[in-house]
Amino acid sequence: MTGTTVAPSAVLKPDAVRRSRLADPAVGIWLAAAAVIVLGWIVVALAGGQLLTRTNITIILSNSVALGLVAVGQSLVILTGSLDLSVAYLISLGTLVAAETMASGSVLTAVVAVLAMSAAAGLANGLIVTGLKVNAFIATLGTAFILRGWIEDNYTGPAGKVSASFQHLGYDRIGPIPVSIFLLAAVAAVLWFITRRTRLGHHMYATGGDEHAARLSGVRTRRTVVIAHVLCSLCVGAAALFLAARLGSGAPWAGTEARYDLDSIAAVVLGGTALAGGRGGVLGTLGGVLLLAVLDSVFNQLSIDPFFKNVVRGVVIIAAVALYARRGSRRTA
Amino acid sequence: MTTATAVWRKRGTAALGAGAPVYALLAVLFAALALTNPDFYEPDRFLAFVKRTAPLVILAAGQYLVVVSGEFDLSVGAVVTAGVVVAAELYGSFPEAHWLVISLALLLAGAVAGLANGLITTFLRVPSFITTLGMMLILEGAVFYWAGGSPHGVLPEDFRILGRGSAFGWLPWAALACLAAGVLAVWLMRSDFGRTLIATGDSERTATLSGVRTHRVRVLAFVLSGVAAALTAILVGGFSGVSAQAGRGYEFEAITAVVLGGVALGGGRGSVVSAMAGAFSLQALFTLLNLQGVSGALESTVQGVIVIAAVGLGAANWSRLRRTRTRSSGGTPS
Repeated sequence: MTGTTVAPSAVLKPDAVRRSRLADPAVGIWLAAAAVIVLGWIVVALAGGQLLTRTNITIILSNSVALGLVAVGQSLVILTGSLDLSVAYLISLGTLVAAETMASGSVLTAVVAVLAMSAAAGLANGLIVTGLKVNAFIATLGTAFILRGWIEDNYTGPAGKVSASFQHLGYDRIGPIPVSIFLLAAVAAVLWFITRRTRLGHHMYATGGDEHAARLSGVRTRRTVVIAHVLCSLCVGAAALFLAARLGSGAPWAGTEARYDLDSIAAVVLGGTALAGGRGGVLGTLGGVLLLAVLDSVFNQLSIDPFFKNVVRGVVIIAAVALYARRGSRRTA
Repeated sequence: MTTATAVWRKRGTAALGAGAPVYALLAVLFAALALTNPDFYEPDRFLAFVKRTAPLVILAAGQYLVVVSGEFDLSVGAVVTAGVVVAAELYGSFPEAHWLVISLALLLAGAVAGLANGLITTFLRVPSFITTLGMMLILEGAVFYWAGGSPHGVLPEDFRILGRGSAFGWLPWAALACLAAGVLAVWLMRSDFGRTLIATGDSERTATLSGVRTHRVRVLAFVLSGVAAALTAILVGGFSGVSAQAGRGYEFEAITAVVLGGVALGGGRGSVVSAMAGAFSLQALFTLLNLQGVSGALESTVQGVIVIAAVGLGAANWSRLRRTRTRSSGGTPS
């Protein structure tokens, strides 16, 4: 129930345990990401370029931060058997709120304001899904429309100004490693701890696996779903703060242009989390994000047509999930 | 006498089913439209409204088939965009082509895209959300790669007649296409295919054990959804011409329409007529907001609120009427 690596090791031979570790999508995706790095390095080298230069590593890592933050949050919601399609507009609104608050107030108030607004949006999502019993797909699509209308009615272009001290989050780096990656690492570590080491996390897996059974076992499934939505939106708020630091101002298109809603779901599923809930985890998602970022970088190095990039992305996502489905069936067979 | 009434009432509610709220919503919206703008029911104006709505209704009918079988089709918006761009490109290469040939080519291409969706979802067991999301990326990427970044070319008048022209000088072809799609969908849902489709969506295992070839039924649903999307592309291309944004957001609008019609995401419940009524409600809502002078931006806010409210209301009524179902409402079918 608590993930794919759990196996009664006393019964299974070590060999079988090792195989089940390899079959764990979270391990598989990191291996796949490593393979893509090696292959990409070879291909780019053949084309006369260098994939793993210092600047390139910095670009790959900092490109992973925003999607990574959204995707780890999204994994929590998907684990719990829900879904969040409102993240893209929430990011846009987050950058606008951050930049406008910073233009008139301190950095701290801006951070608090963005996180409070995100938590409120997550709470609304969670309450609509659990209280009104609206399917998560429709509920979060509805809140996405509400946010979109709000943004388009109030903003026509970039607004506000991010204070210079806060922009360090977007651009500073230690050696080749951008500082923002530590933000992602910290958020991911907290979420990993919550999902794997706390009662709340076990309740999330239980709720996502079978909500009815979980409720009958005494899990407060509604509260669990609401908390998952709030945590997800807080991660989205963090992503918005990072993007605001990166852009220097708030932008109405910050979340929608990069399609963070669908991309984050793709990264989560690439990382081996079941879309139906109950299986997977934060670590696999990070692997999925890294794989997408490396692929992007390889394509950029080879200066491949951006539209063709989408084709490859689509094929990779479908192929990866098809592989998981095959493997899953062989294990249960 | 009383039993006859009871039976009649039972049949009535069964026919309306979970879709009853959508007819109420539609009636309210039409009444509000009549109050705001008495001219709305002038034949011309009303037919123009039907013409504008036809693409969404056809898409909703196709989406319904997929949703009722327990799946999603997120690729329809991309199919519409791709269809419009491909038609323009084809006319660029073969300016003399007959419009029927191009239309049939588009419908065939839509069927192939749907077939790919269906085969990947059923035989490779990829959740349809991911399959069709990937298909959306692939189609948009491939078409714009082919067209070199932005669509160019124009659609000739004889191709555009289906989307913008009228038969006998007053009846829009789009309305006829919409009606034909509706009749076809109702006929399909009453046939063996429709019944097995609903059975598959309700419980795949039960359907399999009862001898339904669930894979084949689902693949067919995806193919029909792809064809419906291609037909929409023909109408949209005719109505508003070539644009890279032709099908943008249509996938979510179609799913919203279907859900407004009381069709359960996850499959097994709802009728195709309600789904199409959902599409009419959505377009009536847009029209009403326009007439009320709500700014274009706030339109989507109102849309979001109404969709959540309508679905929440439907869910509440349903659970009060029948307490038996305890199926989890969250999550997505795989």
